[in-house]
Formats: sequence, structure tokens, C-alpha cells
Amino acid sequence: MTAAARDAVSLGSSTPAMSPDLIRQVPEGVPARLMTYQEAIREALREEMRRDPAVFLMGEDIARHGGAFGVTRTLLDEFGPERVRNTPISENTIVGAATGAALVGMRPVAEIMFVDFSGLAMDQIANQAAKLRFMTGGQCRVPWVLRMPQGGGAGKSTAAQHSQSLEVWFAHIPGLKVVLPATPYDAKGLMKAAIRDDNPVIFLEHKLLYAFKGLVPEGDYVVPLGRCDVKRAGTDVTVVASGYMVWHAMLAARLLEPEGISVEVVDVRTISPLDEEAIGASAARTGRVVAVAEACRAYGPANEWAMVAIERSAGRLKAPVVRVAGRDSPIPFANSLENGVWPGTDDVVQAIHRVMAG
Amino acid sequence: MEYDRGLLLEMFRRMTRIRQFELAATNLFKRGQLKGTVHTYIGMEASGVGVCLALRDDDLIAGTHRSHGHNIAKGADVKRMMAELMGKETGYCKGRGGSMHIAAFETGSLGALAVVASGIPLAVGAALAFTMRGEDRVAVPFTGDAGSNTGNWHEGLNMASIWDLPVVFVLENNRYGVSTRIDDMVRVSDLSTRARGYGIPGVRVDGFDVLAVYDAAVEAVARARAGQGPTLLVTETYRFDGHYAGEPEVYRDRAEVAAWRANDPIPRFRAWLQAEGGIAPAELDAVEAKVAAEIAAALTFAEESPEPDPATALDYIYA
Repeated sequence: MTAAARDAVSLGSSTPAMSPDLIRQVPEGVPARLMTYQEAIREALREEMRRDPAVFLMGEDIARHGGAFGVTRTLLDEFGPERVRNTPISENTIVGAATGAALVGMRPVAEIMFVDFSGLAMDQIANQAAKLRFMTGGQCRVPWVLRMPQGGGAGKSTAAQHSQSLEVWFAHIPGLKVVLPATPYDAKGLMKAAIRDDNPVIFLEHKLLYAFKGLVPEGDYVVPLGRCDVKRAGTDVTVVASGYMVWHAMLAARLLEPEGISVEVVDVRTISPLDEEAIGASAARTGRVVAVAEACRAYGPANEWAMVAIERSAGRLKAPVVRVAGRDSPIPFANSLENGVWPGTDDVVQAIHRVMAG
Repeated sequence: MEYDRGLLLEMFRRMTRIRQFELAATNLFKRGQLKGTVHTYIGMEASGVGVCLALRDDDLIAGTHRSHGHNIAKGADVKRMMAELMGKETGYCKGRGGSMHIAAFETGSLGALAVVASGIPLAVGAALAFTMRGEDRVAVPFTGDAGSNTGNWHEGLNMASIWDLPVVFVLENNRYGVSTRIDDMVRVSDLSTRARGYGIPGVRVDGFDVLAVYDAAVEAVARARAGQGPTLLVTETYRFDGHYAGEPEVYRDRAEVAAWRANDPIPRFRAWLQAEGGIAPAELDAVEAKVAAEIAAALTFAEESPEPDPATALDYIYA
């Protein structure tokens, strides 16, 4: 099957297999609503802004326009332009100003329109915000959240400068926390945890997930930073994944049920600091590991998870770890090329077959 | 402007304290007793002191890689400063920062930030927070002349100007970015004219004249505090030493340095204090002697302080 055909079959929005039922995080009986990932993030922002006057939003086109993906739409009406603050196109100073405000007690949530633009802000992210507490011997804290959409796929054709998956840029810098939610439930709970955290948190939102629906409980809850989540329990193989790849993993697991392969899916909700214990525990239980990331393969997140699985599973692996990752290529524009760059469900299925045969 | 006698003495004291601290640090560095690097503020004391004495304790400053002087001008304790330079646990940053990251938050100093002009956005953000909370505090980022060619600087001036933030951008024109003359890197000779592009006042003063700097800072700070927005304040100054202590200075003539040194801001101010300020030489001698004793005590304190325990190496990475 070609990559394009594969995605058309398994990933189209009309495909029943990609329904919210693949992941259920709210127990039966708990009052909940079906909402999109985008709505869940917005609801977290709204609730935290109501709860704490120190929380405010800043970024390009976030006020009336609601940001490039509409996440902050309608918040201007409730909180006004002081707290839903449009900025000039000055990424480095958006982040730096968020840091300055955080140093004196605010809890800014800044937005960079696409993670691809974060290079413009990298000094403020990596050299200032990440290091200020450390290099001043604990004299300060930088409690901000930096929201950045990332990733691509499904024929969106946003090309080389609007489609990358760059979580390792940030995960490589001690002092930052990095979050990448896969579901509306996690998006809301992780956003609340990120806003309440006293450290700079990079909050990556997968663009293809904005429209995904899932159950979100009524009322306040937090998903703690730094913990993986077993999205599906299984006994034969562990698939470690994050973001949109979690859905490919879940679909692959369902497709393999008829073959009698029991797949455990571990969602790395917090890229950094990494919950090594959870990955190691699952790897030790199943003895077989597939690591799946959308980011480029070279030095990518799948490599880190694979290594952690090896180191932390106490010699109980029955087969070499298999990784699935994005191709080491800029993201092309044409659909025929674009679909070959990212891993899909059948790549995960093939990897599981390989590790089962190993 | 009339000056309070106590203020005049404090200006002299802090300028002297910076000078003696920097001479002591240079001496240690040349003897190999300080690691890393030391960028001294010698020659520029009038700039930092004139600005910082126009501020309240709860106002904030943000520095550069050359910020021993800014910290001392804002009121930092030289003992903890010297201990930090030596990488000791008793230093302001517990030995984690060193010369290029020395900060004294308790005095309102975000401290040294060693990527050029990176303190500008921080000051803008702090000022934004002050404004949002209805506080009348002011944020003052320092940069050198070369910093005014960075994106940090231009983005920061723009952002502060559109929101009328209480920021005084102090540009200390010491003529060189490392080895490169600012004249070769900027088309305009008067850097304060760059303020025009942001619709804010640009003021230029003799940075060797502490009173001129103070007067201009008082006005800019009052404007900021009153909610009338930022000012660009250019202090025309010079660094007497190389970019860092011991740097060979192949890019400038000795005669040029000598000419600037002949106009040294500290003896110049001392002469003014005696002639115009009504302060007796003996009183100024006493200030100098007291500062010398402070620096000697700081050296002893720093030398006798413990190094950080390696078991604490991973502390302070996360809150």
C-alpha cells in the first residue's frame, strides 16, 4: 500500500476506526462532555484565567482573530485586551517579555504561531528562561507556558516551514518542561498543570488533533506533568508514542486484535522530564518495544524512548527495540511527497510484526 | 538641579566601590585566581551609578555580560559579589553563575545576562507586569552600543513603545563591541536618534558625568513612572580596559585610551565635589578608605568561603 493510500484508508475523518472510542479516559458515570482538543485547551485557559489574575495570554493575532488555529477565540470578550494581548511579530521578545513578567510574579501563557518559528525565540527560550533559575542559584522562577502548534499530515500541505515536529529542540535543554498531549482530556489537564507549574513549560499542540473529539469531565482536574499514561493495556508488545502517533498506535493495536497480538500503548504525554520508570516498567512487562515518533528519525524522540526501554527494563527484552519515525527530510508540499514523510498506522503495524518476530 | 549631600557622597561611594571591586577582580584574574572571564566596568561607573541612584529599591534593572558595576550600583553586597566571582557557595548565585550571570534579585537586579541585549525583553515583560498590576515601578535594561544592533533591542523598544511601558532603555555607548567600532556598524553617529523610529524620546548625555546621567535618568524615570512610556537614554562613555581583563586590544591605539583615561569620571567627580559640592577632601579620602576596607573584607570572605558541594550540582534546575 502506498503511503497516500494508507492514510486515505486509515486516517480519513470518515473512517470509523479513528473515532474517540479508541481512547477512553473518563470512567463510566463521571459527568463529561464530548469536546475537541482545541476546545479543551481553550477551556483550560479560560478556567485558569478566571482562577488566577496573574494568568494572561500574549501572542500574535490571538485576540479577536483567536490565533492561527482559533484556540483563544472568544477569550478576548471575557478577559479584554490586557489579558488577551496581541503582540507585534517579535517572537524573541514575546518569549522574553513572558519571562520578564513571570520573574515578577505573573503566569503568562505566550503563543508562537507555529513551532517552526521558535528559532526566532530560541535565545530567550533556551538561554534565558530555561537557565535563569539555575544560573542565579535559585533566586527566581520562570512560571510561563509557551504554546506552539506543531506537526502535520493528512494532506494539509503546509510544507517545510509550518509542519515540523520539534519537541527534541526543547527536550534537550535542561530547565524546560515539554508537553505534547494526544487527547482533549490530556490537553486540558496538562494545560492546567503547565500553568500552575513554576517552571517554563513548552506546550506543543498537534495541529491535526485540534479537531479531534474526546470526553472531558466536568469541573477542575489536572493531569500531572512528568507522567506517561498507558492508553491501552496489553501483554505482548509496548508501543511508546506521543501526540498524533498515539492515535496511529491505538489504531494499529485494534487492527492487530484479530491476530491475537495484545498491544500496550504508552503515551509519553510529557516529553521532558521523561517518565522513564513507566516506559521501563511497561517494557519489562511485555518484553517487546516499538517506539513511534513523528519527528525526524536522527537523534529523535523515538531513540530516547528506545534507549530508556533498554536501560530500564532490567534485561527482560525478548527482541531488539524497533523504532518508527519521520523521515529525515524537510516536509514537502505536494501530497504525493508529503504522505511519505510521516509514519502511519501501517508502519506501526509492520514494526509490531517485526518486533514480534524478533 | 540641587543635590542632597548624602546623595552626592553615595554617588562617589558607589563609583569608587565599583572601581576598586573591578581592580581587585582584574588582579585576581591575572593571577589566575578567578576562572572564566571578567568583563570590567572600569571607566563606565558614572553611567550605572547615575542611573541606579535615580531608581527606587523596588525598581528593576537588567544587565549585560559587563554587569558587576550595574549590580553594585543597584546596591549589591560586594562580599557576595566577590564570592560569586570565585565560584563560592556564599556568592549571590551560589557559584552557579559567576561573573557573566551575577544577579542580586533582592536589590532589584536581574543581573548579568551574557547574550547581548537579552535583558531587554525581560525588562519589557517586567514593566508589562507592573503596568497590568497598577504598580508604579520602572524597569531599566542596560545595553552597550553594539546591543542596539540586535533584534532584542529593536523588538523591545517597539513593544515598550506601543504599550507605553515604564522602561528606561539605557544604552551605554562605550564605542566598541568586542573589537568592532560602533561607527563602523551604525550609520547614525548619535545613537539616541534611533528612538525616533519608535516614537519615544531619545536623550544623550555625557556618560562620564555622573550628575548629567543622574539628571537625565531622573527625568526618564519620572516619565515612565507617570505612565508616559519609555525613554532611550544614551550615555556616552568608554571602557578603559579591553573587552575582558587581559584582552590584547589590538584594535585601538594606546593614545586613544589615554585620552579617555585623562578624563576619568571618578577623579573628575571628586574634583567637582571638592570645588562645587562643598565636600572636604578628608571626607572623600575616608570614603575611599572605607571602600578599600570593604573590598579587602570581600576578598577574605570570598577566599574563605566553601565551594559548592558537588552533591548539589543538580539543584535549581527546576523549581
